[in-house]
Amino acid sequence: MSEEITREVFDHLVDLAALELTEEQAEYLRRQLNNQLKAIHELEAIPIDRDVAISLHGVPFEEAESAPPRQDEWIKYPDPQEIMGQAPQVEDGYIVVPDIPHTELK
Amino acid sequence: METCDLNALELTRLLKKREVSAAEIVENCLRRIAAVDGRPGAMDNSGISAEDRQRVHAFITLTESEARAQAAEIDKKLAAGEDPGPLAGMPFTVKDIFCVRGTFSTAASRILANFKAPYTATPVKRMQDDGAIMLGKVNLDEFTYGSSNESSAFQPSPRNPWKTDHVPGGSSGGSAASVAAGEAPLSLGTDTAGSIRQPAAFCGVVGVKPTYGRVSRYGLIAFASSLDCPGPVARSVRDAAAMLQVIAGRDAHDATASTMEVPDYLEGIEDGVKGMRIGLSPDYFRITYPDPASGELLSQPLPLEIEKAVRDTAGKLAAMGAEIVEDVPMPNTRFGIPAYFVISRVEAASNLHRYDGVKYGLRTDMVSTDLRQMYKHTRNEGFGLQPKLRILMGMYVSAAQYSEQYYRRAMQVRSLIRTDFVTVFDAKGKYRLDALLTPTTPTTAFKMEAVYGDSVLMQYADQLTVPANHAGIPGISLPGGLDGDRLPIGIQLLGADYHEKTLFRIGRAYEMATENEPWRTETPEVLQRMNKNP
Repeated sequence: MSEEITREVFDHLVDLAALELTEEQAEYLRRQLNNQLKAIHELEAIPIDRDVAISLHGVPFEEAESAPPRQDEWIKYPDPQEIMGQAPQVEDGYIVVPDIPHTELK
Repeated sequence: METCDLNALELTRLLKKREVSAAEIVENCLRRIAAVDGRPGAMDNSGISAEDRQRVHAFITLTESEARAQAAEIDKKLAAGEDPGPLAGMPFTVKDIFCVRGTFSTAASRILANFKAPYTATPVKRMQDDGAIMLGKVNLDEFTYGSSNESSAFQPSPRNPWKTDHVPGGSSGGSAASVAAGEAPLSLGTDTAGSIRQPAAFCGVVGVKPTYGRVSRYGLIAFASSLDCPGPVARSVRDAAAMLQVIAGRDAHDATASTMEVPDYLEGIEDGVKGMRIGLSPDYFRITYPDPASGELLSQPLPLEIEKAVRDTAGKLAAMGAEIVEDVPMPNTRFGIPAYFVISRVEAASNLHRYDGVKYGLRTDMVSTDLRQMYKHTRNEGFGLQPKLRILMGMYVSAAQYSEQYYRRAMQVRSLIRTDFVTVFDAKGKYRLDALLTPTTPTTAFKMEAVYGDSVLMQYADQLTVPANHAGIPGISLPGGLDGDRLPIGIQLLGADYHEKTLFRIGRAYEMATENEPWRTETPEVLQRMNKNP
């Protein structure tokens, strides 16, 4: 398989990822992505039975070694203002952002 | 040898005998940092001077006043006859990927440069609660994405104390460099594909990647959540064991932290390796990597010096009564990197979506007409090239039309890699191994700028370490001598789930068998320079 991430697909990914790039960055990143894709294609050469299970993580979490889900309890944070103080723009206890774009649904 | 060059357990012993005070320990480490570290990593980007090239640059943030205050607290407890805790007076550094309340917690990224953590990560808190003293936050690859530390937004990036024109490895490069240079006997790092073991190997120190879930990830800024493991960097196996003892264990804040009991890692650590079965695999003596020009996959044996270091280690362990099992097949080792390219990128892209300029961290100064434009400006300014690359690849391979072909397949390959290990560690199987002995890295430390920029070649530096992350099993890298250029060689032991204790025991046996070898007395270049020009 020799697919390549075309400029068109790349630009679409950049938009989805909420990034914007200079021309120089775009060229470097697209070249690196395509090089990585060559390495990833090695996976296709491995004979894998369809029924080989996927692993979401390596170590199995048996019940005996996993904590039970904790109670869904509200724990008061001692100083919410400290956390709000990290927000770039705050007004009257609200986080302020630029206009949220709206699209008319047809 | 100065106080700061002593091992952590020795420091605690001397402290408890009142032969040294916590204040003296801290001052001694701070003097060493002042002597060898140079200016801390910062975003000013004023270029690298000739003097910078001679320094370690492990730190981003030095927390000396907090360290002095904690030392005073410990000395007060000792004076009052109270127990200051099992790690009392042990100085440590923290990879700046962990949140520590009140400190800048930057992930070495512009996007978090102004972020002050409102809480402390569980492993850091446990160390501090047990008397260890944090000296500061150390540098790393941006968001841990790299194997050399050169991608940090905070420059100068760390340099290898053994040869300062070489990289310290990564991503826990600041951790390994700070420990190797005698700035602190311990550091807390993280390992997602080898990020503790590879820099430990490059800097000639001990690095432990615990079993996935053995140490809580609460307060760790996430990269690939199914692979990330916090763990110790130390100068001795016993120190690493003592540190893991404290940071391991269940945590109500992390559902993936195992509830399995943490054994006493120091108990029986010097009982030797008699009767243990230790494997060697031909699949760890070859590397497969893409040709930088054509992208074609090339396969070649490891450098002779590295293979020889591993075989010499096997010989020493055999002389102490271990049974060496040759030709252990680990056929899926070479697929670790391709599978990692998929899994880690999907998880990284997902984890990086939270950085949006809204709740904390950087927001662009540019005027934005709407929210989406603000996201784009902020993320463009805040992320360096490596995070951008991971986001884009993660989105591509997890897109609906490709996820079957790439993501699902990569997770099947993870199962195959796991099966390789389960098979050889099976107590009723053909191999019945207690540990697999391998090299940690395909090369010793490379020169700065030699690999950086080629994201594929850089990733292959993790080829021999990443299988353990896929499988979730524990691994340890030990200093295993020096190559012809006087750069450290790392040897790796891999074990079954939750068998860190076995790895410590083998590691300690190896340390004891080599304690009188000439290379053990050699010191890193920065310390030689310091001693010549005190």
